[in-house]
Amino acid sequence: MKKEQPLGGKIFTPTFLFFLLLLIISLFFLAKRFMYGLGAVTNLSDGYPWGIWIVFDVVIGTAFGCGGYAIAIMVYLFNKGEYHPLIRPALMTSLFGYSLAGLAVFFDVGRYWQIYNIFLPWYLNPNSVMLEVALCIGAYVVVLWIEFTPAFLEKLGADSAKKSLEKIMFIFVALGILLPTMHQSSLGTMMVVAGSKLSPLWWTGLLPLLFLISCIFMGYAIVIFEASITAQRYKIADESRILSKLSGIFPWMIGIYLIIRFADVAIRGHLGLAFRGDLMGNMFLLENLLLLIPMGILFMPANRNNARMLFLSAISIILAGTLYRFNCYLIGFDPGVGWKYFPAAGEILVTVGIVSIEIMAFLWFIKRLPIYHRA
Amino acid sequence: MEIKRRDFLKGIAGGAALALAQPALALAREKSRLPDAVGILYDATLCIGCKACMVGCRKANNLPAETIGPQKLWDNPIDLSARTLNIIKKYVSGTGEYKDREINGFSFIKRHCMHCVDPACVSACPASAMTKDKKIGIVSYNKDACIGCRYCQVACPFNIPKFEWDNPFPQIVKCQLCNHLLAKGELPGCCDACPTGASLFGPAAALLEEAKRRQKMQPGSYYDFPVSTITSGKIQYQQAAQYIPRIYGENEVGGAQVLMLAGVPFEKLGLPDLPSGSYVALAENIQHTLYKGMILPIVAFGGLIFLVKRSDKNKE
Repeated sequence: MKKEQPLGGKIFTPTFLFFLLLLIISLFFLAKRFMYGLGAVTNLSDGYPWGIWIVFDVVIGTAFGCGGYAIAIMVYLFNKGEYHPLIRPALMTSLFGYSLAGLAVFFDVGRYWQIYNIFLPWYLNPNSVMLEVALCIGAYVVVLWIEFTPAFLEKLGADSAKKSLEKIMFIFVALGILLPTMHQSSLGTMMVVAGSKLSPLWWTGLLPLLFLISCIFMGYAIVIFEASITAQRYKIADESRILSKLSGIFPWMIGIYLIIRFADVAIRGHLGLAFRGDLMGNMFLLENLLLLIPMGILFMPANRNNARMLFLSAISIILAGTLYRFNCYLIGFDPGVGWKYFPAAGEILVTVGIVSIEIMAFLWFIKRLPIYHRA
Repeated sequence: MEIKRRDFLKGIAGGAALALAQPALALAREKSRLPDAVGILYDATLCIGCKACMVGCRKANNLPAETIGPQKLWDNPIDLSARTLNIIKKYVSGTGEYKDREINGFSFIKRHCMHCVDPACVSACPASAMTKDKKIGIVSYNKDACIGCRYCQVACPFNIPKFEWDNPFPQIVKCQLCNHLLAKGELPGCCDACPTGASLFGPAAALLEEAKRRQKMQPGSYYDFPVSTITSGKIQYQQAAQYIPRIYGENEVGGAQVLMLAGVPFEKLGLPDLPSGSYVALAENIQHTLYKGMILPIVAFGGLIFLVKRSDKNKE
């Protein structure tokens, strides 16, 4: 079996410096947030206490980080060893997505200096869905770094350390499947308690199931998206055959998801809300249309073998999952008359800064660490 | 209201029918008022809009005035906030001539924490910063536990917890039914200040009985209305208004210790129309079904270990 290798090349490219600049800009707004409070930088309010820092950086960011989880399901749960070459790049995006979500939480919570309270037995509340999410995401970040450690050890040439780590790796691989199953579904359960504030187009007892399925198909889509881009820019081994085979899962998964999604809204008698022509109705339709179209496209094997079609479909699926989560947490969330939320410029720039860290880390990792199979 | 209640039940039924082995989902737990629960009965028909209760609340909780306008002379908050835990608002319709009437009338409404029987904020809080007193049922906040995640704000159906957005070291602020004064044998600031008995303090059970008594009153006839507390002995003898047949807080999201009566439908007074079932119960049922004793996760973990090992063997 071929080994993963660093792709090499300069680190401080113009692209890298551009993202570095974006990061520096975001630091200014972060400093402001810590000096004057959340209100000085964000448009958050008592009606909309969560904005894009939570919804994009954490709720959506961790779904973007589900590539490692989704591929692990394929390789280990369904025993499809042929997808193994996809694991390390997928794991890398998971590592970034989750680590930075953890970072985002730190500057979003108001009383960050005592954030460790949720780990103290006399403070933690086992009834809280948020506690489950927080502990599980925290644990998963650690698991991801351990799962990724062999790449560092290879780089350092520490073969014996790598061998002994690999002997117990099965524990972390198993945890790496268990923990996302738990917290990704709980990210859905989080909004169950919002009850009457969430539009019936999204509020349902099935939120955990829908969040779980959607994070898995988003995970596959992210892997395809990322592999397509890397294949264009760098000389890596051709993965198009495995990718097109992987995409065969989409029509089925999305099909099942959409049946549950529509049956649930219809059984509760709220399908009419989708066709009112208002923002919520349109967002509901758009969110599902962005799934329906790639489902139709990828149903045909010829399209699955077409790199362009595959790439566009993956983007559509990623957008759909993103919009679904935005809808569940912000667009479908209505705390009552008079409350409004649209992210402030500073808020957006901080999120841009977070994404910039991810991109810079990605560039450094693939050039310096053994991630990809070289062509 | 009916639509939302039906929706709630269907949400549960749909959930149970469609997915997951979640037998507990359909059985929302029934929590009832604690025997020693205390609360407030607010009767909008007795309220004259003098806002003495707002001043009483400020004094009782050491809160600064919330001024509006360049001169900063006039305490005039427009809504509940981190500096205003209690507020009187006014509903006006048409000509606004008749008190407590929906059409061409007006009504006051008081807003503060409802001290829910099954509080969403308490269930939501990951750090147990929101707690419900085990004896008298007051929902209070502990800043030393709070991490500032604001999930309580998302969870509360009444939008009660407020956050100090302009403070680099912020806290959540909410009405705690003046538990610091109750401990000294005093009354909550608002009820102590209210001259008409519109804000009435007492045991929640007695307040519910009182609310039911008022619902049966003949509009226009004279009755005794207690002032300050239900047992204070201070009585106001006056005409009963035409009440709408609903005690707000009796059943909403599982019930509350604060109850309200009015002559105008509560939706018109800006209160949310809520089902009698508790969303908290549903969320906790999902969570506890999946994570009770961590049995399901542990079994799943065992299964995963087996599958991962099998797959590793195949690779070799």
